[in-house]
Amino acid sequence: MLLRHTPKEISERKALTINPAKTCQPVGAMYAALGIHRCLPHSHGSQGCCAYHRSALTRHYAEPIMASTSSFTEGASVFGGQSNMLESIQNIFALYDPDIIAVNTTCLSEVIGDDLKQIINRAMGDNKIPPGKTVMYASTPSFKGSHVTGYANMLSAIVQNFAVATGTRNDAITILPSFIEPSDMSEIKHIAEEMGIKYIMYPDTSDVVNAPMDGKFHMYPKGGTTKELIRQSGDSRRAIALGRVGVFPAAQLLDTKCKVKTDILDLPIGITATDTFVDTLRKIAGVTVPESINDERGRLVDVLCDKAQYVYGKKVSLMGDPDTLFGLAQFCKDAGMQVLHVVTGTPAGAKWDRRVKELLGDGTIVKSGAQADLFYLHQLMQNDKPDLLFGNTYCKYIARDMDIPLIRTAFPIYDRMGHSYFPITGYRGGLHLLIKVLDAFMDRQDRDAPEEKFELVM
Amino acid sequence: MVEVLAARKQQVLEKGKDVFNIECEKPSTAGSVSQRACVFCGSRVVLYPIADAVHLIHGPIGCAAYTWELRGSLSSGPELHRLSFSTDIREHEVIYGGEKKLYAALKELIGAYKPNAAFVYCTCIIGLIGDDVEAVCAKVEKEVGIPVIPVHSEGFKGTKKDGYKAACEAAFKLVGKDDITPVSKTSINILGEFNLAGETWIIKDYYKRMGVEVTACITGDGRVAEIGRAHRAKLNVVQCSGSMTYLAKMMEEKYGIPYIRVSYFGIEDMSKALYDVAEYFKDETILHNTQELVKSEVNALLPKLTEYRKDLEGKKAGVYVGGSFKAFSMVKALRHLGMETVVVGSQTGSPEDYEYLKEITNEGTIILDDTNPLELSGFILEKGADLLIGGVKERPIAYKMGIGFCDHNHERKEALAGYEGMLNFAREVHTSVTSPVWKYSPARIKAAEAAQAAEAAQAAEAAQAAEAAQAAEAAQAAEAARAGKEILV
Ligand code: SF4
Ligand code: SF4
Repeated sequence: MLLRHTPKEISERKALTINPAKTCQPVGAMYAALGIHRCLPHSHGSQGCCAYHRSALTRHYAEPIMASTSSFTEGASVFGGQSNMLESIQNIFALYDPDIIAVNTTCLSEVIGDDLKQIINRAMGDNKIPPGKTVMYASTPSFKGSHVTGYANMLSAIVQNFAVATGTRNDAITILPSFIEPSDMSEIKHIAEEMGIKYIMYPDTSDVVNAPMDGKFHMYPKGGTTKELIRQSGDSRRAIALGRVGVFPAAQLLDTKCKVKTDILDLPIGITATDTFVDTLRKIAGVTVPESINDERGRLVDVLCDKAQYVYGKKVSLMGDPDTLFGLAQFCKDAGMQVLHVVTGTPAGAKWDRRVKELLGDGTIVKSGAQADLFYLHQLMQNDKPDLLFGNTYCKYIARDMDIPLIRTAFPIYDRMGHSYFPITGYRGGLHLLIKVLDAFMDRQDRDAPEEKFELVM
Repeated sequence: MVEVLAARKQQVLEKGKDVFNIECEKPSTAGSVSQRACVFCGSRVVLYPIADAVHLIHGPIGCAAYTWELRGSLSSGPELHRLSFSTDIREHEVIYGGEKKLYAALKELIGAYKPNAAFVYCTCIIGLIGDDVEAVCAKVEKEVGIPVIPVHSEGFKGTKKDGYKAACEAAFKLVGKDDITPVSKTSINILGEFNLAGETWIIKDYYKRMGVEVTACITGDGRVAEIGRAHRAKLNVVQCSGSMTYLAKMMEEKYGIPYIRVSYFGIEDMSKALYDVAEYFKDETILHNTQELVKSEVNALLPKLTEYRKDLEGKKAGVYVGGSFKAFSMVKALRHLGMETVVVGSQTGSPEDYEYLKEITNEGTIILDDTNPLELSGFILEKGADLLIGGVKERPIAYKMGIGFCDHNHERKEALAGYEGMLNFAREVHTSVTSPVWKYSPARIKAAEAAQAAEAAQAAEAAQAAEAAQAAEAAQAAEAARAGKEILV
């Protein structure tokens, strides 16, 4: 068995990360950039990083993921990547014709100290950027942060580059979601639409990384928020950030740059957080919550009532990205489950640790950042065994070793489908998530039941 | 015609039309959506299957995260290689150096897992900040008494190919460590077979049936001790695109072991691989065993292939794989299934490789080096392929276009080597190409409609022609009748 190597005794590790619970910044930046219409992510560094990032996203979404690379060679690493970047800009517009090139840096280009702002200005001066097109960048060195902070950095770069305050407010509400699946982006839009609210949401990866099959390969699928809409978000009457670690810098920037007042909420996962989201929308827009939304809520509550005894008191461990984790923690609490462990490799900060603790109480072990890896999680679980684990694909080894069910909710998921098509946010997403949890427990009960107790009705 | 970046014009040719030699072995054009990976990736691929060693990635977390368990490599014993170890370099080390952290990580790791060797992969950043990894490894090696080997795989130093070389240099440090375990007179090493889906086991079984001992497979299902005595085998058999040719050359130089290059994919290449070894040993029994083996395997295989061939005859395929040796075998293997290769390319081919591809493909075949999705999908469409053979990044592109796909890179779950592998390959291609799902593809529907319309037009034309012929005949008959009548009258 693969993980028989993991000892139960937890000893302090200082230098070693074993089985990481995070990936690096550029992947997140790429994902955010994909949520902008006709935007091509570009990786400024060697080919390897870009190939890996594209592979990671390709596997996770089972979709063609496009991103170009500056293709550094040794020369570039010594003399700087300026000429590679300039050449890239020229080639990309000539061949791939995007509206936007969203550059993310890599460890390499950061360490050699390429000044992308200056390079882009130079490209502009040399008329290498066709009229109406944009080249923008986010700094995403991976010796800092994780894919979530990479997402956050790209999102604030998007605000920085496109959102403009003209002085005349429009009546739209800007919604900035954290690193979530395209299905969740759709669900958030659905709620706003049901409530009849005018909104601008970005990034929006729905119809980009879960695009329908139409017999053609599209370099730029039909989804993604347009540049024009993002520009208008600078004039929006108000903004809502959904999630903190992945959105905070962008929300703050929208506030300082365009004076758009921003409410910072948690991702609407579970009843409580979705209630807050819906209520905030209601108040800002001055609308009443439509019956259809109340019905969606009612269905979730109904199923929870029907089957509460199957989840109540069950013990769970959570692994994933900080904003989603907070939502899941809330969801588990709503359902009466007991969360034993919350682990994320993303350095989410002391404030995040504290908030999770406040929510779940002192009985829960919360760890983020350095050495908060899957090895550590496995050790925790060996010491206090949960009934269920939420996490990414890599958690399957732990789940198998501990013989407990795994619900895949984090990044990356390489071995199951569904996450990009069915949400976990909103009331409908909550129902979907609850059904998954119920299935896990009930399948388990069926599997483990002795012959005489194996019954039709559960 | 598909648009190709100006700088890439010399990397794509159409056989029979273009006369230049393909430009290759150069870095991807800046700005292209390249499918290629880095030096580190190459090194990791080669050394990763050594299952009783720890593989520590010295660098920021991404490099470790993206190579963790993403490329299968089965082991019949220990599975240390499947864990992901990283020094997870942070800003602090970027500024002050990562040597201390590396030292501590190695000590922790070796203490906890008691491996037989440790590999330390240097990633881009380590090359830049200038850690003296050699010195740290030497120090730890002395303290713990197992080989601790630095792998100079800084990503930016070249292509995946350079990574193979760095890995060979690292593996070479293990060769010759075990000088006591006896080795047979007819023994070989297999180089460059990685046991992705159990291929090593298939191949080893063939050699065993021939009476040939496999001293070491470097590196599929690999062990430190086996590599340690590899220098005493009599022949090195280098598989596929030669990711380990460099190691074979070093072993030839130092230990006088000759090497041959083979491919284990497809019927001809597999048989040739076995015969080449048999002939090398000039041993009657081995030769006889080989003949028997090939005969029985091929006889068992061919009727089964014919079944698949019935449905596949006349279909077209595009091939885009990492190594060019694999591309050769694919072209031949597809021919056995009645399929024609209309687009073929690799990430790392050499000029000779592309010359050979020109030789074995039909007129009009597109041959390309280091392509990108826009180009590739364009050629696939232009040439009307029904199947794409490629790797992880090509798969969704094929599906989006509504054509079949077969993974012949590192994500394959079916063993594709040997005769069994050929059958698996045929089954996989058949399943994908003939799957009913394609009938829902709008592109296919359109193509089918067009074909139908063309057929109808043809039929209409034929009917018209027939009618005209009939009319002419009738007229003739009438004429004849009239003539007759006249005569009669
Ligand atoms: S960690 Fe840094 S160097 Fe490694 S893949 Fe990520 S960006 Fe590239
Ligand atoms: S190019 Fe360098 S940094 Fe990027 S994955 Fe390869 S080794 Fe890591």
